[in-house]
Formats: sequence, C-alpha cells, structure tokens
Amino acid sequence: MSNTRFLTDAQLPFCKGCGHALVAQNTEKALQKLNINPLDVVLVTDIGCHGIVDKSFLTHTVHGLHGRSSALAAGITAGLNNPGKKVIVFTGDGGATIGMQHLIGGAHLGFDMTIVVHNNMLYGMTGGQPSEFTPYGFKTPTLPEGSTKPGYDICELMVAAGASYVERVIGIGDYSDSLTKAFTASGFSLVEVMEICPSYGVKSNPGMKLSKLVEDAGWNVKVYADGKGKSFKTPINSEPKSLISKKFEVQPKYSSNIQKPISIMLSGSAGEGVQSAAEFLAKAAIVSGLNSTKKGSYPVTVGVGFSASEVIVSPNQILYTGSPVPDVLIITSTDGLGYARAAAGRMKEGVIYIDDTLDAPETGARVVKVPFRERVGAKNSAMYAVFYAVHHEKFYPIEALKDVFLSNKIAEKVNIESLLQF
Amino acid sequence: MHESKKNLAFIDGSRLIAEALVRAGADTFVGYPITPANLLYLYASKRFPTMLAAPDEITALQWMSGFAVAGHVPVTATSYPGYALMVESIGMAAMMELPMVIVLVQRLGPATGTATCGAQGDLNVVFGTVSGGYSIPTFSISNYHDCWELSAKAVHTAIELRTPVVLLTSKEMVMTLQSFDWSNLPEIQTKKVKHYKGEEAYLPYKADETLVPDFLPVSQNKHQVRITASTHDTKGILQNVLPEAIENTKRLEQKLREHIDEYTTYELDEQQGAEALIITYDISSQATREAVVHLREKGKKVSLLVAKTLLPIPQVYVDIANRYSKVVVVEENLTGQLRYLLFGVAGRKGVSGVNGIAKMISPTEIVEEVMRNE
Repeated sequence: MSNTRFLTDAQLPFCKGCGHALVAQNTEKALQKLNINPLDVVLVTDIGCHGIVDKSFLTHTVHGLHGRSSALAAGITAGLNNPGKKVIVFTGDGGATIGMQHLIGGAHLGFDMTIVVHNNMLYGMTGGQPSEFTPYGFKTPTLPEGSTKPGYDICELMVAAGASYVERVIGIGDYSDSLTKAFTASGFSLVEVMEICPSYGVKSNPGMKLSKLVEDAGWNVKVYADGKGKSFKTPINSEPKSLISKKFEVQPKYSSNIQKPISIMLSGSAGEGVQSAAEFLAKAAIVSGLNSTKKGSYPVTVGVGFSASEVIVSPNQILYTGSPVPDVLIITSTDGLGYARAAAGRMKEGVIYIDDTLDAPETGARVVKVPFRERVGAKNSAMYAVFYAVHHEKFYPIEALKDVFLSNKIAEKVNIESLLQF
Repeated sequence: MHESKKNLAFIDGSRLIAEALVRAGADTFVGYPITPANLLYLYASKRFPTMLAAPDEITALQWMSGFAVAGHVPVTATSYPGYALMVESIGMAAMMELPMVIVLVQRLGPATGTATCGAQGDLNVVFGTVSGGYSIPTFSISNYHDCWELSAKAVHTAIELRTPVVLLTSKEMVMTLQSFDWSNLPEIQTKKVKHYKGEEAYLPYKADETLVPDFLPVSQNKHQVRITASTHDTKGILQNVLPEAIENTKRLEQKLREHIDEYTTYELDEQQGAEALIITYDISSQATREAVVHLREKGKKVSLLVAKTLLPIPQVYVDIANRYSKVVVVEENLTGQLRYLLFGVAGRKGVSGVNGIAKMISPTEIVEEVMRNE
C-alpha cells in the first residue's frame, strides 16, 4: 500500500457526521492499495452534496449534470480505451434514480468503471425530498408520514443488467477493501454505500440505526457479483474506407434530346420496388448525359402503404429539387393512386401512366392505362412502368435504362425481356 | 453528351457530410437512429474510426462529452426530438468547452410531427439552446458543396474554439439523390485540438488573448485536469459567483464573438442597381437561386444573400440588408425564424417573408413575393 495522497489536506466539505466524507477517505485508501498514480484516475461526480468533493481530490475530476455522471464516465472510459486507467463515478441515490438508464446500460455493455452510490435515501441538497431509493417507512422532511413503498434495490438491478462486480456496504468505518475489489474488477462495478443524512435523515427518523434500517428494508449487505465480467472494448476501425469513390461516378454513354427539365413522379406501394425503379430512372438519365435528382416519399413504416418518388431529369444543372406539378405521373397501385391524386389534380397537361385496374384520377393530363401489374406482377410493376414510360416518352434512349438495369444484381432475378413489353 | 461532366456522381448529401467530417478531424460518431438522419448514422458506421450506438440521445451527448474529455472529436446526427433531449447536455459541453459537432437534420414538427417530411423549423430552438443566451456556432447547408465545406468548417470551428457546433440541414438535403460533379471539391485539412505544452501547473480554463484555453485530455498523467459544467474558476473548481468565475463564464460568449469573422461564411450575389435583396439559408437556398435566375431573366434586378453561418448572427447580414429597401427572407417554416432573428418583433419597413410548411418553397412563390406591388 502506497502513501500517495489522493485527497488534499483541506477539510472535506461535508456536514458533520455525513457518510460522504468516509466515502472519500475510503476511496483514497482503496486507491493507495492499488499503488496507482492519481493522474491515472478520473473521478466523475454527479449533482448532489457528494458532487462538491471534486476540489478535494488530486485525481483528474469531471463534474457534470444530475444523473448523467455514469453516462459521461462511460464516454470517458470508452474514449480512453485503456484498462490501466481507473474511472470512478460518485453519485447519490437521486442521481442514480435519474440516470438509471445509464446504470443499466453501463452494466449491460460492461464499461470499465466503478460507480459508488452514496445512498442516504433522500435528496440532501434540495431539502430532504424522498428518492426512489427511500425505503418503506423512512421519513423525510417532505414526507413526515414515511414512505409507503419500498426503495429500489440497485444491487439486484445491476446484477440483472450484467454488472461484473456489485456490493452493498454499510458506510461506516473502513470499507476500502470493498472499493479496491470494485476498482480492480474487469468491466462495470458498483458499490452501494448505505448512509444516513445527518441533516435530514437523522432528524426525521430519531433513534433509527442504519444497519437495522437496511436490514428491515430487505437489503442484503453482501457481494452480489464476483468481478469476473467482461469489459467493453471500444471498436476501432483502423482502415475505414472513403465514402467518396469512383464507383459512385456515372459515365455518360448516350445522349438525350430533351431541351428542358422533366419531372416524373412514380407512385406505388411499399415493397414493389418503387424507390429502386426511380433510382434507375434517374441514373440512366446521367448515363444519357443529363443531370438528375431523385427523392423518396413514404410513411415511416417503410414496409407498408404508399411509396412514391420524384425524379427530375434535365439537360441543365438542377437547383430546386421539388416538383409540385409533375410532367409525367406513373401510378402502379391503389396506395400509389391515393398518394398521387393531389398531384394529378394539379396537372393541366402532361401524361399519366396508370395501372389499368385503377380508376383514372381527376386531371388535365392525358391518361394512358397499362396492365403493369398483370404483365409482370406487383413486385416488378414499378420497374416495368419506368421502362414503359422511358420507351414512350423518350427522355433518353431505352438502352441507358437497360444498361443500368443489367449492371445491377436485380437483373439476375428479373428477366429484362419481361420489362420490354411495349 | 456533356463532355465536361467527367466526375458526375449520383449521391445523397449525407455521404459528403460524413466523409468531410472525418477528413476535417472528427474521429468518433455516437448515434441514436432517427429519421431523417438515418443515412448519416449508416455512413458513420462505415467511415468513422470509432462508431458507437447509444441507447438514447441524452446518453449520446454524454458519451460524446466523455470522448471529448478523453481527447477525441465526436459527432452525432439527430432531428428535433433527439436534439430536444440533448439540450441540457449541449449546454454542459459548451460550459466544459468540449469540441463536438451535432448534425441537426430538420423535419416537420411540432413534436414528432412528420418524420419523413423536411423543414427549416429548428433555428430558434438552436438559438435558445444554452441558458443565458450564449451561442452555439451554427452553420447551415445550402447545397452539396456546403455538405463538404461546411461540415469541415463545423469540425474546425469546434476544435479551434473548443465548443459544440451545430450543423443544420434538412431531410431533402441528406436523403435526396442528385447528380453532382465532385471533381472540384477542395482538399480538407485535418485539424487537432491544441494541447497545453507548458511545464507549470495546468489551469484548464485559463485562456490567453485568443480567449480559448489550451486543452489537455484525461488520458495524460503529467498535469491534473479539472472539467466542470458548474460555474468555475480558471482551475476548473466549482465556485459560486466569484468574480473570476463569472469572468470565465462571460468568456464563453466572448470567444465566439471575438473569432466570428473566422467562421462567418455566406454567399452574396449582388446585382448593381438592385433595390431588392432575397435572404435565405438551408434547404430553401436552391429554390431561391433558381428564382433569382428567373427574376433576372425577366429584367428584375435582385440581389441574393445565402446565410451559411447562422449563429451567432453575423452583423454583416444586417449591414447588407440595410442597403436594400426591399428584403424578402425565404425559409421553410411558419413564422420566419431567421427574419425574426435579423429584424425582431418590430420588423423593418420593406421586409417580408416567403414561408410555408410541409413542402419545399418553390421558385415561383419567391418570384411572386419579390414582384409583389411592382
């Protein structure tokens, strides 16, 4: 055991008789037993009385938000990615209540850190309100009749979440061995230190003994998990590939005669290849020396309901990617008709290609009915409709679309001849 | 065939953003999935040296802060519902002076609104992120070139000024596929956080004339590091309202103002003789550029200001606006959030807005507003 100081010589900033001072002193002693450099230790504190202890520690100190210390510390330990460093979190029962998700998540993932819960069973900094850790019958200044529900058993919760080392101690005397075990455990460890607040707990519950109170609450003072759990390893991709590569470049091979931008809306059902068909439509425009944009519209449930896409093909640079009134509208299903009805209504000219099983919407556009679904089935109806429209509208040579189609793995499943029925 | 288009790629804006962030110096992505920021999450998982999936957005920002304390430059991407959860932690990171970038992909609100519909509704939310009226440097993307250059600028600003930075964009920029000639994208310089090199005791919040303190990560064991979100002195020790601590708090805003010229970026296309100015930003920029072409074709003289640095509001925007008798502010929200930030509740004679929700503002609407009363 070293005699390296982890605490300054200044008096600890706690009320007389508060167990928080003992936590600090036991922490120092536990770290001395580890013979570790204070600057290989990062103490992360929460909000609450315990959180003013930073200035007393000679380690690195980080003081964050209420309840978030264990998440902040998780980021620190994952960022360090070095088991030689000790990351210790001080939190109260209030902070543990707010940040329960972070504790469960931390234990679940096995972050290399130790949580020391200063459980005095109430909020000491704000006037003695009960926390979720307040046990049955325990009185506080704002709950003089006593709690009517049991408090959380954080140790059981942490074991269930997968913590590596868990222990509950009575926060009196020397419990540094328990902290040493927690600090040396691999992965996530938690020590719950039972305390009673001298300002609010003692006064509201005169004569109450801490050990009796813990026993009556059904909380066992024991080791819950042995410290042999796994520790989190931060994933490091040492050779990530650039997102910018030649494979996204499309080489012009054909040419197009269109003189102005054309906007095409494809509207069908989810699961029927609408987005892929629209992407092919746009990509083939680039193969034909044009510019293009493609955007999708669909409900959040991507596997059901309508699926629509707006494509603009243009000989010029495209700035605005919206197209409130399409020049060409392709509708392949009932869902698609429902979504596109408003756009069809806005069309005063242009053409609508619609599956022949559907009633034509009200529109000023010319309507062409085609048995898309009957000829190729629902699944390929959108792709077929795009081939059909390109063939008849001549935005660019159909060969461009064929090239894009054949260079995609979809060509292994769908016979291109089925898409060339004009 | 357009011979000049040798490097025409067919991509979405997310790809450029994710790549540029990493090249500029970001090394960690912490994500919680949300529409319409999903593609950034996907690309980050392939491109960032470290990518972690957080269980919620509060955790995401806390993990990022922890990574920053350990010496990394983290990024996340979210939309309003996630940003709302992050707000307290962003304030913490600003107070701790931790570099990070939050890509905020706007979608239609209020509340969960419509996840798959774009919007420009969150400028005022970002404006009010930090208690006390302190700023978060905020950039907004107007086109694919900005996806590249402003993403890098966001990381560089975060690193140089030790601050969280918001990169504002919208669904249609990050999810729409567009043909794009990327042969002219500039090289991006990789920046690193400036570390303290002295031998004397390190004071984490002592700044020189740059007002930006040198950084040290908790991974080193030569100097003690103290970092705190509470009001603190130069040592990083919590103080009440000690004058030294209050001066430190004021410095947080002063450093952003002091360096604002270094991170102010905008596009100004002034036409001689024009009396009308259109101001826009973000997803409405391309429609506005198109409207300007149409207006000039009609013989209407008009100037254009595309604001790219949004917060803190650069004074130069107001100076430019004051040269014009007619100012039209174009933005895809209900009430005109940039217009409000520039001209306040009182407004200014000759200032109007083109606004709307649930659809992109079209060039036609902009042309009509500029030509109104003419």
